[in-house]
Amino acid sequence: MNRGDRYLMKLSELAETLEAAFICGEDRADIAFHKVGASDLMSDILAALSEDGILLTGLATVQVVNTALISGVQAIVFVRNKTPNPGVIETARQNDMPLLATPLSMFVSCGRLFEKGLTGLNGAR
Amino acid sequence: MPPLKKCFHIKGRDFIHAGQAAITVQKLLRQMGIAQSLIRRIAICGYEGEMNVVMHGGDGLFCVEIDADRISLEISDDGPGIEDIARAMERGFSTALEEYQEMGFGAGMGLPNMENHSDELHIESAPGKGTTVRMLFHSPETGDSQED
Repeated sequence: MNRGDRYLMKLSELAETLEAAFICGEDRADIAFHKVGASDLMSDILAALSEDGILLTGLATVQVVNTALISGVQAIVFVRNKTPNPGVIETARQNDMPLLATPLSMFVSCGRLFEKGLTGLNGAR
Repeated sequence: MPPLKKCFHIKGRDFIHAGQAAITVQKLLRQMGIAQSLIRRIAICGYEGEMNVVMHGGDGLFCVEIDADRISLEISDDGPGIEDIARAMERGFSTALEEYQEMGFGAGMGLPNMENHSDELHIESAPGKGTTVRMLFHSPETGDSQED
């Protein structure tokens, strides 16, 4: 869906685009976003304008979930099918943070989302 | 609004619970109806400070004080202290162990992030004497808070 000149994507469409499965938070599949950050460096996410964005990462620790909560990130996508342990999933569940896992690499995941019209965390393309 | 002070203990190298003080304060500020942009800045500073204690500082204390016109964070620890504070403030400078870098931290951005997101940052530290970081945030009502 388009609002103004920026593309808004629902989490359900992201899952389809990235061939991703919900680990938790499927009830929030209708949330919409237009910006994406991709990093394994948590301070990068904390330094950026991450609020309301989606985080793509290859790290699957509880600190990724904490960083997302602190930054106002709306959902986390683990690339290369990284699977967090049950404690991490429980923390996400308790805080209504949707988690998804895609078999795609970080590069291909970013490429597919960029192609759809999404922007980086600072709005750049 | 009467002043409110809450403190939380931080345990060194406890990466399971690291961040809980900052997340609890974030939730408290939301319940109090503080502006979202201000909460985000406070949460980021608190989280970076808390992670610094967990990684470097041994045990510590995380205190938030909420007044009508300002909110302050004081994060102190009994760790090894900072040898060169000016150097520690440089973006990219880090003494973090490789295992912390593999967890996504220790990129030398913690203190610069805290400086960017707070209105005032004061660090007291010396080798062998621990570290105390104080951060001040002006409430939006005063009209001088920085916005993203």
